[in-house]
Amino acid sequence: MGAAYNLARWLVHNDHDAEDVVQEAYLRAFKFFSGYYGGDGRAWLLTIVRNTCYAWLKKNRLLRLAEPIEDNLEEAGLDFADPERLFIQSVDSEKIRWALLELPVDFREVVVMREMEGLSYKEIANIVDTPIGTVMSRLARGRKRLQTLLSKTMGKEAGI
Amino acid sequence: MSCQHTDELIHGHLDGELELVKSLEIEKHLSACAVCTKNYERLRRLRSALGETTLRYLPSDRLEERLRSALRQESKPERNRTIFQPRWLVAAAALVLAFIVIWIVGRSLVKPDSGDLLAQEIVASHVRSMMADHLTDVSSSNQHTVKPWFDGKLDFSPPVKDLSQQGFILTGGRLDYIGNRPVAAMVYQRGQHPINLFVWPATGSANSTETVAVRQGYNLVRWTNGGMTYWAVSELNLPELQQFAQLLR
Repeated sequence: MGAAYNLARWLVHNDHDAEDVVQEAYLRAFKFFSGYYGGDGRAWLLTIVRNTCYAWLKKNRLLRLAEPIEDNLEEAGLDFADPERLFIQSVDSEKIRWALLELPVDFREVVVMREMEGLSYKEIANIVDTPIGTVMSRLARGRKRLQTLLSKTMGKEAGI
Repeated sequence: MSCQHTDELIHGHLDGELELVKSLEIEKHLSACAVCTKNYERLRRLRSALGETTLRYLPSDRLEERLRSALRQESKPERNRTIFQPRWLVAAAALVLAFIVIWIVGRSLVKPDSGDLLAQEIVASHVRSMMADHLTDVSSSNQHTVKPWFDGKLDFSPPVKDLSQQGFILTGGRLDYIGNRPVAAMVYQRGQHPINLFVWPATGSANSTETVAVRQGYNLVRWTNGGMTYWAVSELNLPELQQFAQLLR
């Protein structure tokens, strides 16, 4: 349940709604248990949690996905940090939390699943229902955006 | 490989999701390019910052209780909602509780078949052999040293082949225990990647062709030949591992 709650909490932004979403997802999972054909139980549950989150975000008009055009702009400018300032190791986790919440949902979910739940590209691709290549490029753009956000807020001393 | 190209693929490299050839190309480029190396370092740092456990949200105890009672409600048959029948209620609650316990245990819900269990065991043994730095009991690239070493330690004599000409270097052998029996483990090296080859007598006499599987990012190839069952496991990419299997047949 930990992974289900963590994903929901990152997608819908607050405890209360995350709990509602997880409950709804569990009920759906329970109802449609016959739709479960074996395989990875966790991935199956996460798929339902994610779909429930998306439905919730749409209903509340909070669904914010990455604009394709934004990405092109981003990719045009490869921004490499000043190589001399890479030494401070610790990073304020509250700032990271903030930066993650700034990401569009479709970037945020792959970062959460990869970095916090340790899922493979293939598992994420199944849950998000997209090709593996798309998972990698969303992860790449998500990370790049996090770097940009963090260096804006913390200066380049963060080394991130 | 160009900086642009490296920039695209470096995430796959960082996540250990690239195929071997591409990963090697990236490493080669990184060793020569300071800019990309810095970029890679920044990404690694970002990654470790994101992996901090404080970022992960933990569910409250209250939520678990809530799920339990919601599922209990859901599983109650329609007619029992109006007429209180303790016996049914208890039975339903017990069922739901059992369901939740199984559910929370999660992935073990699906009982893998024996081949799957064996694959898990093989991968576990492969990982263990590398973690504990215990790849080999007898270290030798000479098949005539490795083969006799197994004599008297096993109730069968595993075939040991020299494949150094083909780029698979024998580095030694080890005793291991798989599927409730002692087995021979031969260790080969391909570039940076160790390959564990497990061998034990087959239950039937029929030869079988190779079947492949992927577990936790490791590639596995199994086959039966000459009365022996073979399992090769490595993080090496599948085509090369299959080539290895074919050379052994």
